[in-house]
Amino acid sequence: MKLKQIFRAVVATLATLLVVSVAATAVPTKAHAATNNSSVSAIKKRGTIKIAVFGDLQPYGWVTKSGKRTGYDVYLARQIGKDLGVKVKFVQVNADSRVDALKSNKVDLVLANFTVTKERKQQVSFAKPYMKVSVGVVSKKSSPVTKASQLKGKKVIVTKGTTAEEYFTKHSNGVTLQKYDSKTQQFNALKNGRAKALADDNSYLFAWVKKHPTYTVGIKTIGPSQTISPAVKKGNTSLLNWTNKEITKLNKKGFFETNYNKNLKPYFGSDIKASDIIITNNK
Amino acid sequence: MAHSGINILFEGRNMVRLLGGLWISAKIAIVAIVVGLILGLILGALRTLHNPILRVILRLYLEFFRVIPTVVLLFLFYYILPQNFNINMGAESMAMLVFALWFAAEMSDIVRGGIISVSPHQVDAGKAIGLNRLQLYYYVLIPQSIQLMIPATINLVSRIIKTTSLLLLISVMDVINIGQQIIEANGQRYENGAFWVYGFIFILYFILCYPLSLWARHLERKEVVTANG
Repeated sequence: MKLKQIFRAVVATLATLLVVSVAATAVPTKAHAATNNSSVSAIKKRGTIKIAVFGDLQPYGWVTKSGKRTGYDVYLARQIGKDLGVKVKFVQVNADSRVDALKSNKVDLVLANFTVTKERKQQVSFAKPYMKVSVGVVSKKSSPVTKASQLKGKKVIVTKGTTAEEYFTKHSNGVTLQKYDSKTQQFNALKNGRAKALADDNSYLFAWVKKHPTYTVGIKTIGPSQTISPAVKKGNTSLLNWTNKEITKLNKKGFFETNYNKNLKPYFGSDIKASDIIITNNK
Repeated sequence: MAHSGINILFEGRNMVRLLGGLWISAKIAIVAIVVGLILGLILGALRTLHNPILRVILRLYLEFFRVIPTVVLLFLFYYILPQNFNINMGAESMAMLVFALWFAAEMSDIVRGGIISVSPHQVDAGKAIGLNRLQLYYYVLIPQSIQLMIPATINLVSRIIKTTSLLLLISVMDVINIGQQIIEANGQRYENGAFWVYGFIFILYFILCYPLSLWARHLERKEVVTANG
């Protein structure tokens, strides 16, 4: 193809893309402002609620060998379905598709270990929290790291894009970060002795040290404490209010303790208490 | 190894689930290929006509699907379009639609290439015996160019089958997605479960795609023979 033709094709493609995107931003909004397909009454009428969960995050949202979904988040999802009197349809999501799944009405509710952050709050609405999480630091039992000051001048392993990376980038205090792409890689690096310690969500580390008893979560929490909440599409006040009431009600019944004991406790070491993970004092 | 990780495949319903996932992938690929073949053949034939407006439109369609990565197309159709146009299709039907449109776009270029490589004498001869344009395509151009199209088409088919592995991004429970569920659920007991699960998925895809590539090679050889007498 001649250069001129290539140029013409590129310009034409860009022009169409522009037209399509302008049309896309111009047409919308009023179409779905009119009907909220995810309101409590719409869900009840339909008889099913679509809930986004993880399929590969044991023990929060995963699938047993018989093909049944289970975990802390899934248990809560089933309870919500029961209390609404509707069937639950699970939609498996990845971490980075949780916001879009809500925005495009693929799901009514997200229960996929969704940590509340300022940035996410601008995109979706979070209900009352049902779990807390913060960054923890794991190290060898033989030379444990129990204070942040012990990390000065040392190497620390993190996974890219996690809250742990964000925290140590902001408050480095002489710490050198080693960044990896996946959980498997970062834990292998720790086992191979590439760094003094590893930082990640403590809820995840507690489960990991249970399997690797020569390591310990020396610092259980560092930096700000964050929470995990159900999320709904922005503007869906009907389901948001219902979910808030539901969480308060379940708290009174001690539901989250039962859920913790059933789904999380077996995966954690004995030094972890329910109060390290769950939130029980919601009013 | 104390316990071989291959057992991960035979525990519970794991094997059935993986094969079920493969069926989802195959179903989406088959529908996309059938729809895409028909549409691609029509569009490819249209692209050889000398109508400038039609050519520009079809050219844009081709470039759109060829230039944009499949991941972006899937996200665009699954997440972005529903947000703005309030169209809501299930993940599987959306995947079939995107793959069929993509297949048709690439196919149209293969068909166009095949048709224009038929010798102009053939067209002249057809016109001389009084065939109209539709008959010309039906009796002369398409039959003679089909053999030229087959190898590239088979190549495209195996690309479509392999690309179904991206469907996990839009919540389709395909074979890769189920494989990852199994790996994560058994991470503690089978340290190298990932090796066996992905190994098994490799074999499954191999069984789907290798016969196609054998067939393509066979046809190409036959073509060389016919071309050189």
